[in-house]
Amino acid sequence: MVRFVLGRLLSLSLSLVVASLVIFAVIEVIPGDPAAFMLGLNAEPDTVAALRAELGLDGSPVQRYLAWVTGMLQGDFGTSYTYRVPVSELVAARLWVSLPLTLYALILSTVIAIPLGLIAAARSGRPADFGIMAGTQLGIAIPNFWFAMLLVLVFAIHLQWFSAGGFPEWDEGVWPAMKALTLPAIALALPQASILARVMRSGLLENVGQDYIRTARAKGLSRRQAIVRHALRNALIPVMTIIGLQFSFLLAGAIIIENVFFLPGLGRLIFQGITQRDLVVVESVVMLLVFSVILVTFLVDLAYAAIDPRLRRRA
Amino acid sequence: MSLLSVRNLTVGFGDQDVVRRVSFDLAEGQVLGLVGESGSGKSITALSVMQLLPPEARMEGAVELERRDLNHLSERTMCDVRGRDIGMIFQEPMTALNPLKTIGDQVAETLVIHGVARGARALARARFALDRVGLPEERFPLSRYPHELSGGQRQRVAIAMAVALKPKLLIADEPTTALDVTTQAQILSLLQDLVRKEGLALMLITHDLAVVSQVADQVAVMKDGQIVEAGRTESLFRRRHHPYTRRLFDAASYVPPRTPLRLGPPLLEVRGVVREYRLPRKGLIGAGGSLRAVDQVNLTVGQGESVGLVGESGCGKSTLSRAILGLEPLQGGQINLAGRKLPEPRKVPGSLRRKMQVVFQDPFGSFNPRHKVRRLVSEPFYLLRGAHGDTGTLVAEALRAVGLKPAVMDRYIHEFSGGQRQRIAIARALITRPELIVLDEAVSALDVSIRAQILDLLTELRQEFGLAYLFISHDLGVVRAITDRVYVMKAGCIVEDGPTHRVLSAPRDAYTKELIGATPRIPDAWAEEAAG
Amino acid sequence: MSGAVGKMRLGGVISLIFIGAALLSFFWTPYGVEALSVADRMRTPDLAHPLGTDHFGRDILSMLMVGARTSIAVALVAVGIGMVIGVPLGLLASAYRGSFLDDLIMRGNDLVFAFPSLVIAILITAVFGPSAFNAILAIGIFNIPVFARVTRGGALAIWTLDYVMAARVAGKRGWRIAIEHILPGIANLLIVQGTIQFSLGILAEAALSYVGLGAQPPTPSWGRMLADSQTMISLAPHMAIFPGLAIVFMVLGLNLFGDGLRDYLDPRKGQLA
Repeated sequence: MVRFVLGRLLSLSLSLVVASLVIFAVIEVIPGDPAAFMLGLNAEPDTVAALRAELGLDGSPVQRYLAWVTGMLQGDFGTSYTYRVPVSELVAARLWVSLPLTLYALILSTVIAIPLGLIAAARSGRPADFGIMAGTQLGIAIPNFWFAMLLVLVFAIHLQWFSAGGFPEWDEGVWPAMKALTLPAIALALPQASILARVMRSGLLENVGQDYIRTARAKGLSRRQAIVRHALRNALIPVMTIIGLQFSFLLAGAIIIENVFFLPGLGRLIFQGITQRDLVVVESVVMLLVFSVILVTFLVDLAYAAIDPRLRRRA
Repeated sequence: MSLLSVRNLTVGFGDQDVVRRVSFDLAEGQVLGLVGESGSGKSITALSVMQLLPPEARMEGAVELERRDLNHLSERTMCDVRGRDIGMIFQEPMTALNPLKTIGDQVAETLVIHGVARGARALARARFALDRVGLPEERFPLSRYPHELSGGQRQRVAIAMAVALKPKLLIADEPTTALDVTTQAQILSLLQDLVRKEGLALMLITHDLAVVSQVADQVAVMKDGQIVEAGRTESLFRRRHHPYTRRLFDAASYVPPRTPLRLGPPLLEVRGVVREYRLPRKGLIGAGGSLRAVDQVNLTVGQGESVGLVGESGCGKSTLSRAILGLEPLQGGQINLAGRKLPEPRKVPGSLRRKMQVVFQDPFGSFNPRHKVRRLVSEPFYLLRGAHGDTGTLVAEALRAVGLKPAVMDRYIHEFSGGQRQRIAIARALITRPELIVLDEAVSALDVSIRAQILDLLTELRQEFGLAYLFISHDLGVVRAITDRVYVMKAGCIVEDGPTHRVLSAPRDAYTKELIGATPRIPDAWAEEAAG
Repeated sequence: MSGAVGKMRLGGVISLIFIGAALLSFFWTPYGVEALSVADRMRTPDLAHPLGTDHFGRDILSMLMVGARTSIAVALVAVGIGMVIGVPLGLLASAYRGSFLDDLIMRGNDLVFAFPSLVIAILITAVFGPSAFNAILAIGIFNIPVFARVTRGGALAIWTLDYVMAARVAGKRGWRIAIEHILPGIANLLIVQGTIQFSLGILAEAALSYVGLGAQPPTPSWGRMLADSQTMISLAPHMAIFPGLAIVFMVLGLNLFGDGLRDYLDPRKGQLA
């Protein structure tokens, strides 16, 4: 098991290195001179030279890459050209909105989907199954940001149960902050829960047809017991794959949906960064997003090994 | 008094009956063998006793266990009966266990579900049950997972689960069909031991008459959903009253008539062949080891000769056959075909490839389901680019040679039965007029009566075209019937070779002896009487 | 089986309505989409404007028809990119399974999977500026590993079948077997995956143009119509509702079609219930 974790860690670091190379190449090498790019066409040569010096663009790409990476490892993401503050500060504040929102949605999606999938599988072919399948078919087709707008229309504007947007800082207590994240989390979670419930259902049904379920039935387990005690755990393997993939969808979704609720998260930061051509901000936030996706993939791999003994190497 | 009594059992799907008015009795401490070919309804009969038929099945008649009619029990009560009063094991041990749970938990579950014991006490009794089936603690702790066990060991775990609560009746549905003969012998003796010492009644479902002759007290022969003949094993085997029983016996021990052939010079020469596989790397940096699947093998097939290659699963016989077919690179030695050295797989010229063809075991996976027979059979034509002759005529000729009408060439493969598909596979092999045909378990998936027909066909074709066969099989009976010489393979090496009748009647190597000893046979004395 | 055909028919009809509307918009729309009319702004649905008008007085039905063009074109081309690059990669990986090449392709796949299409779009847009073309590129790149994986998985299953072995004994080379036996064998899988990615592409395009990374004005697009409607949602909710419904129905239609197709092509799946 230790060996398995070490192997996965090594592959995680390798992915991070390659990913950072790709990001670096796109942002700093393809535009030619990033400083000139950031300042636009009408920039004075002096200003460009000054920015070049500030960004440390005088070295070779290899030197600059190494400087960028060592900086990140020490928590230094450079200084935003537009905000004139360290990017790490900018990101840290906003990460505390985007990341909780993503996790909130992920938990919500899982909590909704697994029972729904179970019910649909246990009642397969009956009205409950039909209803769940039809509902999830619709859920998958709904864009989360539009769903978010509908939620605002109904629950914030008409019913006024929630505020239409904005975010109280966490300092003001956990509950107000959680409340502000609830509508966005629901908007994000429902479409993903629809996918997950369907995966859960088909995973269960596929396993119910397996030989080992027949063996379990021959031992005296009822159909329901066989599903809960045997098929469930086997069906969780594909479900986990999807949960891992959903993290990246939800993170991307969170960034988009922040626009609907005027949440001060990474989304606002990065879209402003794009319009203002603040490559330092864009580069860092993208790296951070990719890092979190790779990290979640790693965690899912570990979870696989925890569930499936066939993947654990006997060390 | 009988323990299990089945009366006029009829099972149907839709308007078709697959089991018709079946009746039999089984007493404590007795073994009933239910024999029949595929589709005879024997497995459905077993599932009816367990009340585990698919929901769309309809069932009539009575299934009484100790005078209690199981057909009228509620599903809840039946759950109590399963596992406690009746245990059942199935054919495929590789998939019969939950891959994610330890064997200890899976055996203990039988006890937990029936409320007999829980927690540590259930595990202790699971330990006892595993010991009982020959899986001792030192080598098989409760914490083992199914993937860490071999097929035979998994079947033992399945038996432990089925007998943990000492049921009165055990149903075994083809319990050894997926196992090697030596493992089969061990599992059969374990089952017999349970019957003898625990007074369990065993209902053994199998297609293999030899297995039944060794294990069963009573036999019932099934055909098309009906029991055509039943009785005490020895007297039934001696008498063979019903024509179908007689046909079944003849087919099982069928040896095609042969006229001796004049053998030519060596056609295939395998010299010191080594095939190694690299094992997957451990982690990202660790170097992987290697597995020697074929180790310094020498083998010769003369022109027109029929040579057998026997061995248990994993012994390397299939790898060797792929190497001979020019599909696997070698790490040592060389293979000569008709005096020419076989180059590495990508460089084998068509002129050499056309001299050898292959027939596989699985009559379903051997054909691309999207193509018609004409295209399937003519695929090896690829090797004869520029050859003269019209495709249609040659395909028709090949089909005629295997006893099919040329008109079938415009049909798809799913329209044919298993035996017909094997004929088409042979036609495909014949089309290039090869000198050697590799038959990789080519009759193993067939019912005995079909198998006898295919063996006949192979013998005729050999006479007609002067073909040489390399007949790869785990089944000594078939090898005895069709080969002149035989090689015995174990763990990548040839351990013995010689004329088939000599090797099988007076084996020299210890492993060959074990193999032959483990192969079930119908006692010779029983057969004589029926013949006379 | 009849359920599968029913689903396919319903999904196909819905999809065709949208595709037809998109095609029709090349020749005719109820109103011009560039015709601004301040007098008609934010009108609720009536006979003259069945779906109402937006804040510039443009007819929403006409906008949706033209917007369908963008959505469908972006998603379709992105599926094309994914297939053209992903399928050969997957075939290659399966043909040399277990080799260094296979490893390299699959690791490359994992790497691309770490970049959600939004992140790819952000990267591209940051350097090249927003455009419909960049949206296509971002979604297309995202599709590549999806198709590579499906292809490799499906192909691996077929490579082990005896009939492929028989073809090798017949002297056929790897690429020939891939074209004759493997590709036809996985065609069903690819068509089904293609519909799924098509519908995901519609959703992704809408999301990208909603945040301004997709088609730029004046090209109408469903996502940007939603972005425009957002500030006026309490005044003119119809501006938000109809483009959203268009996305939902288009995606629903494609998904139903894909689901039905999968059940139809793989009867085993249908029997699971």
